[in-house]
Amino acid sequence: MTDKPFILQSSPHFKDKDSVPKIMYAVIISLVPAVFASFYFFRFKAFILIISCIAACLATEALFLWLRKKPFNSLLDGSAVITGMLLAMTLPPSLSLELAVIGAVVAISLGKQVFGGLGYNIFNPALVGRAFLQTAFPVAMTTWIPPATIKINTATLATPLGNLKFEDAISQGTLTPLKELFFGNTGGCLGETSALFLILGGLFLLFRRVSDWRIPLGILLSLTVFTGAFWLVNPEKYASPLFHILAGGLLIGALFMATDMVSSPITSLGTWIYALGIGLLVGLIRLFGGFPEGVMYSILFMNTFVPLLNRYARPRILGERRKG
Amino acid sequence: MKVQTFPHGVHPPEFKELTAEEPIQAMPPPEKVIIPLLQHFGSPAKPLVQKGDEVYQAQKIGEGQTLFSASVHSSVSGKVISVDAYNHPGGNPIPAVTITNDGQDRVSPGREEAKDPFSLSPDDIRQKVKNAGVVGLGGAAFPTAVKLSPPKGKPIDTIIINGCECEPLLTSDYRLMLEAPDDILKGAELARIATGAERIIVGIEDNKKKAFEIFQDKIRDYAGETVLLKTKYPEGAEKNLIYALLRREVPRGGLPFDVGIVVQNVGTAKAIWDAVKNGKPLYERAITVSGLSIKEPKNLLVRIGTPFQDVIEFCGGLNEDANILVMGGPMMGITQWSLEVPVIKGTSGILAWPAPKPVLEYPCIRCGRCIEHCPMVLVPTQLAKYVKFDNLTEAKNWGILDCVECGSCQYICPSKIPLVHWMRLGKNKIISLKKKKSA
Repeated sequence: MTDKPFILQSSPHFKDKDSVPKIMYAVIISLVPAVFASFYFFRFKAFILIISCIAACLATEALFLWLRKKPFNSLLDGSAVITGMLLAMTLPPSLSLELAVIGAVVAISLGKQVFGGLGYNIFNPALVGRAFLQTAFPVAMTTWIPPATIKINTATLATPLGNLKFEDAISQGTLTPLKELFFGNTGGCLGETSALFLILGGLFLLFRRVSDWRIPLGILLSLTVFTGAFWLVNPEKYASPLFHILAGGLLIGALFMATDMVSSPITSLGTWIYALGIGLLVGLIRLFGGFPEGVMYSILFMNTFVPLLNRYARPRILGERRKG
Repeated sequence: MKVQTFPHGVHPPEFKELTAEEPIQAMPPPEKVIIPLLQHFGSPAKPLVQKGDEVYQAQKIGEGQTLFSASVHSSVSGKVISVDAYNHPGGNPIPAVTITNDGQDRVSPGREEAKDPFSLSPDDIRQKVKNAGVVGLGGAAFPTAVKLSPPKGKPIDTIIINGCECEPLLTSDYRLMLEAPDDILKGAELARIATGAERIIVGIEDNKKKAFEIFQDKIRDYAGETVLLKTKYPEGAEKNLIYALLRREVPRGGLPFDVGIVVQNVGTAKAIWDAVKNGKPLYERAITVSGLSIKEPKNLLVRIGTPFQDVIEFCGGLNEDANILVMGGPMMGITQWSLEVPVIKGTSGILAWPAPKPVLEYPCIRCGRCIEHCPMVLVPTQLAKYVKFDNLTEAKNWGILDCVECGSCQYICPSKIPLVHWMRLGKNKIISLKKKKSA
């Protein structure tokens, strides 16, 4: 018989194997296909951008942990790496490294640590960094180089959405073919180009139950309905919903950004409202806004509603009387 | 086959194979039993014996005083050596009667056997159940006589017999279903008569197919049916079980009575039969002794009041690595610091295993899994935050009092936040505030 004392603890005594670091590493793994795709399309430029964003995010996180006298082991939870990866994936491949680093510092400091670190931020940190860059350096953030796989003699190339908005692509017949969008053979941010590899990673996250299926589904639904309505009425002027889904940052936004656990709602009803709202806003901005692309602002905008949604979209307790 | 269930819940590893094939073995009575006068929530029973008294086996030694208290009986014959506060598996010392066993098991004279129990009136059944000190054997130990007394204006149509045993590791209910299905169904029939219900439904999880087949065969002699339920935790929680079987929702703060239902655990049903037919008080029960640190895991029929020490020694003792000792199941059981505590009516199992590596607690990342899995459809993470910041009004509005402390939220939480702990703290604070106000 043992003499050592027994441990006293509150029930339950069994715990699921999943943990915060495991979830974070699953997100990192899910981004790997898209990261490799960006290496393929943009070669060394992509590689160096991603590495410097991750390094800058980790360094900023470490600095803040030191300032806030917090243990450094939360550097290992993987969340700063994700922010770095996601930020890099939303940058134009031609962006200079200094600007990328500035974006990463802003992402971690203003996007995450000022709120109290992991779990407390209101906005998706990577998108905060990107929004800052977009506002502060609009030219650098909208200069696009063609991927290494396209042999053309121009230094720059309009993105499929820019082409649609500013170049009257439909009537000119220069709209990017869906096939090129699907494989990623177009201009755009590192992670915007290849729909195929984003979907692969996104599906992994859905099967791993890290991201909530309602979010990508809700976004796709409302975007499809919104852009589809206009397309059906006037296909000469408006692009098809499939084009809108495959082009630009919609997929990376819907699969990796909007699904960020911390900045998305916690209840089922709230999640639906949030997701449908994002899709609708993306459609509105793309069709009628001043920018060709609106995924970033749509997600950030809906992020602001999350605390409200968490408060008012409480599920009905078992046995609670239905209203009315 | 169609399997019924409720929404949400979790599926922890079962580990039932450790004891599922172990028949219930009667453990020889110990040299000394310590019988607490309170074995559930409520007020303690009034002691009927004092130091030096000789007692028979099955003699009533504590009388339930109020509605929500149950009588207790001696589980052995022998001499009372003390009536004093003693360590209780619930945590706080409780007045208890300690009896040395003379090894004779002399039964108290005048024990009544009912010749034809099924012709008894509901009141007679309730009285016999009350006299026998029968309480719910699923864990909460709610006095059974109270459960068999539906208030006026609340007609009962169904008796549900709970054969879920959804807690991991525990298999004593399963063994009871295999070994004494007739007693369980006869007890259920008595409960049906006592409450005026029309039918009996036996709910059994689909990891206990053998028991299900037996009951499906035997239930033909009764007005009722056997239903297979999905193996999921907490399938056996009263409100979830009712929803899974009948799609009825017990109103918030209400009881199964409110939807015309009474739920009895299989062990309780057998105890009802023993009490009414044989006049046998609840002085012994089936328990599972299991876990990685128990040398010989077993299912045992144990006398109430047997110290854990004796039970574990009978099962070959503890391995050196034992760090966690639990009374009950791994999801809702209470950890114990001492082997001195006695088996009580609510002891469904004694489990021991090595301590797992300590896990780091992370901030809530708002993944929403606690909400997705809460069987009561609460928002555990938000409730925990309200309790942390002492916002009890909001905690109450968000339904903290509906929490059944099943542990699904904490089980699934990737941040390893002790959510159930916060729930308990909040509930206790709210209840003590209420007491202060009314005092």
